[in-house]
Amino acid sequence: MSANLSAIFYLASGVLFILALRGLSSPETSRQGNFFGILGMVIAITVTFLSVGNFSSGLIYVLIFLLVGGLIGAFIAYKIPMTAMPELVAGFHSLVGLSAVFVAISAFLNPEAFNLGVVGSIKLASLIEMSIGAAVGAITFSGSIIAFLKLQGIMSGSPITFKGQHFLNALLLISILILTYLLCSSQSSNFFWVLIAVSFLIGFLLIIPIGGADMPVVISMLNSYSGWAAAGIGFTLENTALIITGALVGSSGAILSYIMCKGMNRSFFNVILGGFGATEQSASTGNKERRPVKSGNAEDAAFLMKNASSVIIVPGYGMAVAQAQHALREMVDTLKKNDIKVSYAIHPVAGRMPGHMNVLLAEANVPYDEVFELEEINNDFANADVAFVIGANDVTNPAAKTDPQSPIYGMPILDVEKCKSVLFVKRSLSPGYAGVDNELFYKENTLMLFADAKKMTEEITKGL
Amino acid sequence: MEIDPFIFRLSIFILSIFIGYYVVWSVTPSLHTPLMSVTNAISSVIIVGAIIAGLAGGMDNVFTISNILGFLAISLAAINIFGGFLVTQRMLQMYKKKKKDK
Repeated sequence: MSANLSAIFYLASGVLFILALRGLSSPETSRQGNFFGILGMVIAITVTFLSVGNFSSGLIYVLIFLLVGGLIGAFIAYKIPMTAMPELVAGFHSLVGLSAVFVAISAFLNPEAFNLGVVGSIKLASLIEMSIGAAVGAITFSGSIIAFLKLQGIMSGSPITFKGQHFLNALLLISILILTYLLCSSQSSNFFWVLIAVSFLIGFLLIIPIGGADMPVVISMLNSYSGWAAAGIGFTLENTALIITGALVGSSGAILSYIMCKGMNRSFFNVILGGFGATEQSASTGNKERRPVKSGNAEDAAFLMKNASSVIIVPGYGMAVAQAQHALREMVDTLKKNDIKVSYAIHPVAGRMPGHMNVLLAEANVPYDEVFELEEINNDFANADVAFVIGANDVTNPAAKTDPQSPIYGMPILDVEKCKSVLFVKRSLSPGYAGVDNELFYKENTLMLFADAKKMTEEITKGL
Repeated sequence: MEIDPFIFRLSIFILSIFIGYYVVWSVTPSLHTPLMSVTNAISSVIIVGAIIAGLAGGMDNVFTISNILGFLAISLAAINIFGGFLVTQRMLQMYKKKKKDK
């Protein structure tokens, strides 16, 4: 296949990828969008085979590895529970990163195959692009592995910090630039290996100081990195499909990170520098005063809800942990049978990744037009009778509006306190991730329900 | 003087960033998780580089380090492509509208 013809096909697959993202603007068009994405991928892969045209040597192995990878991927996709979506996405990011590293190394060792020159005198531009692709890929890989381990609970979610951490990171980043320069001027492979090793280290160091609840930002950021890595390789291979896709994914991840940071009223750098929650936590445990709270059982909650005419449900990460989404949906069904209006309010940073709660509710067959974002529903709390907070905490804390001393001051919150009564399903009174006490616990119209989210919801349903 | 082809690729890259910016802002927040899984899948188009690496070389030396890395990258990218698109499909299938009856 001629180079021009294949370039046109690559362009077509790039356009199909744009349409795939465009489809996600509404759930109705999203499935069609996904189909466009698959089509774009099929075109890109087919064209690559035809344009290389060398079917004698490695073809059988290429097909075998393709098949094995495909089967593993399909198996994972069907088996994975929806609650594990953040871990899955983090894991997938690491694979994109690692394959970018592999492709970069492969191109470095065998530049003739990629039309980049010969070993020892690779084109300057290609060397730079290769270094960028490999470095960003390696950072994505090791960073995503740490994110995966933290989300999976294998590694503690609490931030790991040490003295001189930021200084070390800055030093390593500068050394990457120096290594790239040395590599370009000497063409020596040693610098290339050191560059990759240092990049792995940076990814690792970058993510360990970031705590569990900041994971939405981390995952979005790594999503963005995986895109830039792909774009870097795209420049090396002079491949339009890769360049377009890399740019799309890179900006997509960047926008998501921005939305997540805004949801927490924190700057991107504040999140990246990490260590949030570690210092405040020790301060708040020191002067803890015991204040009276009203706690109740499932029957009290059922009574309150039965007499309500509208209920707003506020789900959070705790619902995902307790796998309570199906039980919740059953409770809501019962409420609806009693002609009670029910809607769901989702905070932008609820859960461990963007849109996490929406997927879980969709899994439990909650229609998406009953689920609302913060701006859409926040005014409705004042008119609602009962707010049912299940597994959320910091995102409902009124201190964010009233207490300038609070670490979460300025964060947009759901105005749960404006409801006539608030039901709070929680295992204990312990503060949330930010380490701040929630004023809401001590309000007169709040009833605490101390139990596992799933069990409590099931009992309330019985009580109704 | 001729324009370096690199400049054309750079133009495509910059324009695509802008397209990405506007397209992603129009994605509804409730679909942000599928957005992440689908971007994951499409960024694995990096497989084209892996295939080139894997197919390189003659019959006698299929197992150079360069080829083997290509094979491995093919597998990794394939996990992502199949896994990413299928899991996105699975998620999108779950998003349903309210039933009118009842």
